[in-house]
Amino acid sequence: MDTLNTAAAPAKKSHGARRINDFKEKLMQGVFTAAACVSVAAVILICVFLFASGVPAIFEIGAEDFLLGKTWKPSQNTYGIFSMIVGSLYVTAGAMIIGVPIGILTSVFLAKFCPEKAYKVIKPAVELLAGIPSVVYGFFGLMVIVPFIRQLFGGSGTSMLAASVVLGIMILPTIIGVSESALRAVPDSYYEGSLALGASHERSVFFTVLPAAKSGILAGVILGIGRAVGETMAVVMVAGNQAVIPNKLTEGVRTMTANIVLEMGYAADLHREALIATAVVLFVFILMINLSFSVIKRKVKDNG
Amino acid sequence: MNKISAAKIQSVFLRAAVWLSAGVTVFALAGIIVYILCKGVPNLSLDLFSPKYSSENVSLFPALVNTVTMTLTALLAAVPLGVFSAVYLVEYANRGNKFVTLIGVTAETLSGIPSIVYGLFGYLLFVAKLKWGYSMMAGALTLAIMILPLVMRTTEEALRSVPDSYREGSFGLGAGKLRTVFKIVLPSAVPGISAGIILAIGRIVGETAALIFTAGTVAQIPKNLMGSGRTLAIHLYALWNEGLEADKSYATAVVLLVVVVLINAASSFAAKKLTKQ
Repeated sequence: MDTLNTAAAPAKKSHGARRINDFKEKLMQGVFTAAACVSVAAVILICVFLFASGVPAIFEIGAEDFLLGKTWKPSQNTYGIFSMIVGSLYVTAGAMIIGVPIGILTSVFLAKFCPEKAYKVIKPAVELLAGIPSVVYGFFGLMVIVPFIRQLFGGSGTSMLAASVVLGIMILPTIIGVSESALRAVPDSYYEGSLALGASHERSVFFTVLPAAKSGILAGVILGIGRAVGETMAVVMVAGNQAVIPNKLTEGVRTMTANIVLEMGYAADLHREALIATAVVLFVFILMINLSFSVIKRKVKDNG
Repeated sequence: MNKISAAKIQSVFLRAAVWLSAGVTVFALAGIIVYILCKGVPNLSLDLFSPKYSSENVSLFPALVNTVTMTLTALLAAVPLGVFSAVYLVEYANRGNKFVTLIGVTAETLSGIPSIVYGLFGYLLFVAKLKWGYSMMAGALTLAIMILPLVMRTTEEALRSVPDSYREGSFGLGAGKLRTVFKIVLPSAVPGISAGIILAIGRIVGETAALIFTAGTVAQIPKNLMGSGRTLAIHLYALWNEGLEADKSYATAVVLLVVVVLINAASSFAAKKLTKQ
């Protein structure tokens, strides 16, 4: 190239053009790299802002009083979020009990039982379920599930049970999506081998294919847990939001997310910081869930 | 003989469980959609689309306009960032590079953070620290960070599915790296990228928790991006919060649902175009 350029008169010009080009290449490479740094910077910023505003409040209140205190009374300067932590765990557990079996069985259906024509309808339907805004889920829960529980069990209807049902439906698409692809990734030879040994279609699917996809399915379930713990609007609308540990399924419950949304609008000073500290605790929960998700995902990759 | 029938019963039971679960899933979705359509469509009226919101007429028109503004602003910030990051990851960085792993980990972390945490972060940074107050801009930038990993991941996948022969062909004809990226690689990845962007739009339209404390809940169209305004999803939440008319809430939910269904359809259309390619 260089020898070609020096051979002719307009070579100097094209040499200059090439330098501009080189500069452009370098510049844009810098731009691309900078863009890639933004997501890293975002995570750092989020951590810094949350922890800087929340952690001092935890120390001011006292870590034990804050994390294990059962009374949340901002008017009396008492900030214990234990009932909210338990509330989040209860509601998530409830959602799992409802969502996990249905989700996994539906993914088995989609991967191994579904007639092709039905698949074309059900698969987009599941995707649509993932796209429905959480506030619409909350609204539906409020108008349908809450009155249903009220009629069945009495009380106000806004309860842990209602929140669990709504969340159970909301996490279905997450679990179904991940589990289905895990099931599809299992080599057909597993299934065929089982059939050849005389097992029925159902037994082959459940006792050879399903165990082989176990890690992938677990990853889906963990992703679902993350969604359930972090869900806010749908829960606020149906859970009743009393800041006490519920004794019965039909009693109201307040999650950490609900606590933030309900009071952030008017909170000031330590109260506000206590709410941010609630978000810090929530954030740590989510980080742990995320971490176990990526560990399991890596394991799946290694096995594959 | 007994053993065989036991196995048979088990098979029938398993099959029943699988069909039943799929039935429940479909029923739940159909239930939500049919219920909201049935309750909401009769309540749709022209009043709901009048240009001004008032306590007598809870018009959703300002919220609809705000939703469009919010979506465009957030995309304007997130799409270039997301696409450029993906270009860096696929075209420039060496695979297995530590920085690439770091970006992967942060993207995964970002996509797992609950929207209420984004909302608080946006509040702390944009509303409080930068003193913007509740504003569309604060909301849009918060959402931009939220959808960044989604845009980045889908673009990355789309770029990776562009065959290397395209790049080699372009280099072979004497084009530089930059030219190859912009004229060859990115255009062939457009369907995949647009499917990701449409998914991101879906998240923006449905988002509530991240916006309440960043964009605020004022039910009017703000004069500029530094003003507060509620989107359609916040509007629905606010109607519940203020205990206002259930009929109007149903109608609002219908509009929100229709928008989301349309976005979903567009996304799967774009994805289909991708697989055809």
